[in-house]
Amino acid sequence: MKVNTMAELMAKGETPEVLFWVGCAGSFDVRAQKITKAFATILNKVNINYAILGKEEMCTGDPARRSGNEFLFQMMAYNNIQLLNGYGIKKIVTTCPHCFNTLKNEYPELGGHYEVIHHTTFLQQLIDEGKIKLKEAGSFKGKKISYHDSCYLGRSNNIYEAPRKVLEALDAELIEMKRCRSNGLCCGAGGAQMFKEDEKGNTRINIERTEEALGTGASVIAAACPFCNTMMTDGVKNKEKEKEVQVLDIAELIEQSLA
Amino acid sequence: MQYIPQVLFILVSGIAIYLFAGKVSEIRRNIFLGRDEDLNNHSSQRWKNVLLLAFGQKKMFKNPLVAILHFIIYGGFIIINIEVLEIVMDGLLGTHRLFEKPLGEVYIWLINAFEFLAAGVLIVCVIFLIRRNVLKLKRFTSKDLNGWPRSDANYILITEIILMSLFLVMNTCDSTQSFFFSSFLKPLFNNFSEHSLVLIEKTCWWLHIVGIFAFLNYLPYSKHLHIILAFPNAYYAKLEPQGKMHNMPEIQNEVLYAMQPELAPTGDAAQTHANKFGAKDVFDLSWKNLMDAYSCTECGRCTAACPANITGKLLSPRSIMMKTRDRLEEVGKNIDLNKAFKDDNKSLLRDYISEEELRACTTCNACVEQCPVSISPLDIITQLRRYLIMEESNAPQEWNAMFSNIENNFAPWKLAPDERDKWAIEMNN
Ligand code: SF4
Ligand code: SF4
Repeated sequence: MKVNTMAELMAKGETPEVLFWVGCAGSFDVRAQKITKAFATILNKVNINYAILGKEEMCTGDPARRSGNEFLFQMMAYNNIQLLNGYGIKKIVTTCPHCFNTLKNEYPELGGHYEVIHHTTFLQQLIDEGKIKLKEAGSFKGKKISYHDSCYLGRSNNIYEAPRKVLEALDAELIEMKRCRSNGLCCGAGGAQMFKEDEKGNTRINIERTEEALGTGASVIAAACPFCNTMMTDGVKNKEKEKEVQVLDIAELIEQSLA
Repeated sequence: MQYIPQVLFILVSGIAIYLFAGKVSEIRRNIFLGRDEDLNNHSSQRWKNVLLLAFGQKKMFKNPLVAILHFIIYGGFIIINIEVLEIVMDGLLGTHRLFEKPLGEVYIWLINAFEFLAAGVLIVCVIFLIRRNVLKLKRFTSKDLNGWPRSDANYILITEIILMSLFLVMNTCDSTQSFFFSSFLKPLFNNFSEHSLVLIEKTCWWLHIVGIFAFLNYLPYSKHLHIILAFPNAYYAKLEPQGKMHNMPEIQNEVLYAMQPELAPTGDAAQTHANKFGAKDVFDLSWKNLMDAYSCTECGRCTAACPANITGKLLSPRSIMMKTRDRLEEVGKNIDLNKAFKDDNKSLLRDYISEEELRACTTCNACVEQCPVSISPLDIITQLRRYLIMEESNAPQEWNAMFSNIENNFAPWKLAPDERDKWAIEMNN
């Protein structure tokens, strides 16, 4: 299997249909790398003509901006936009809701105009178009799955249906948490909290959310964000439930069910 | 002699309106202490928001039962104000039920409808009083409301109950007419003479209208100001996706000129303005942030949904709004006293809102999503955060590490940029 970089394709005089923006978590975090690989496997399997930026990709600047460091954000945005515009990128798909939000909503006024799609929407389209074919009796058929809404997908960008539609395609039993969709509870990672200790309180946010997810009795907690994934995985470990309950990304669920 | 009530009425209403107008212009001035923000685009979409969010109270319907109860008070209150028009006209002209003759049957029908609403409002106010004070809902027992704010909410409900009762008793004692709802109250007044009935009716009439004037003047000091400001606040609500943060063009340009010095302006245009980055005090926030503060109903829906607050952190988005309003009021008083603002060595940051609160926010937008009157506590939080980082270089150590990683390794972790595509190389093999 070959994952092409933009530089390689350019050298061959080719342009991909879509750029896969991997994001820092997807590139470096050991757990999130699995999500990246699962998504790349799907893209290869359905013959999508795509490329990554490889070593040239940089942080979008989301955690810098949200913690208050606008200078650093603007620097990262400047570099990324130069690079993307230099390659003439038109369409981007990303597995990270934070990258998605920044690329889609915050780069345009800085000169970066692209069609940006989150991988859950992308997967839904591929399923709807019949390009992704799933096993008749996949390993998640009939299983109880609870989907945790990512803030940067849901409230930030009103994407609630796409991930659920993808899960429905698995013939699984979807169980909603009480706080779901626009009322969904944050995993605790956003706003650069991922990179620092929680402030003083009674409990950690990821524990509060994991308890709610475990309360549904689901055997899979589905996430659509590498940071949510980390937070929920830590929560499940903390509750010593990692034997019974898996935390999986939507892309991983699909990849494991490909026909 | 016969003109005395009319003169008195004109005097009372004149004073009430004068006082109200004074306070309104003070609030207007305070709001415009904020920095400029142009929100006049896309007017059709904005009007749609006014209809949906303010008139339709769309966000309230996240909890349909409470929404319906609140809608009864709100609708009842607005519609009954049509009746206040007649009351005011009667007061000015010295007439009694001015609209009765010209409207005929319709008049009876109308007043019956008003009475029905009045009874509805009265009942809901009692339910809300119980809900607030007996049921111990977390967002009402919270320490955010300690002191005046808790009484404020109760005063409003009690005032509405009194006003509605006066209206009903007034109709009951009016021997010239009988209306559907108040006729049930008639037996209560069976033993009263005609003379005392007239006296009670007149007294209720006066108390009712004076009560309304008092209420009007109480509004600007209360969380109840939202019944007015919810409308402009919905109009000026953010239209972009909630996840988008405000850009800072000054910094965007600074970075651009650093990277491409040939683009930097020269001569006069090159003068960098001395604006500070982010917000330290109310003056640095935008006027919309300040209008938000005056529009807040202190309902606590934001705080009830805030992941930081739920898990026991100090942060409460409601209290961010209340503190912003308190500081703004303090600044306003300072200006009234000294003609122009005299430095009081205080600021919204720290004297009102602490670093710890600001640091707890996950920028999850739950508060923004919940707010029934289109307020963004998050927008204030991020501006204060910007000040902390960019003006004071005040960040937790872990964040400083994250910053330097992004700067040097282009990722928030201390990992070699060369390893960014390690996963792909693994897949290629
Ligand atoms: S955005 Fe911040 S203040 Fe608002 S609900 Fe989320 S954590 Fe709380
Ligand atoms: S900000 Fe909005 S949700 Fe929060 S207390 Fe005020 S009115 Fe209620």
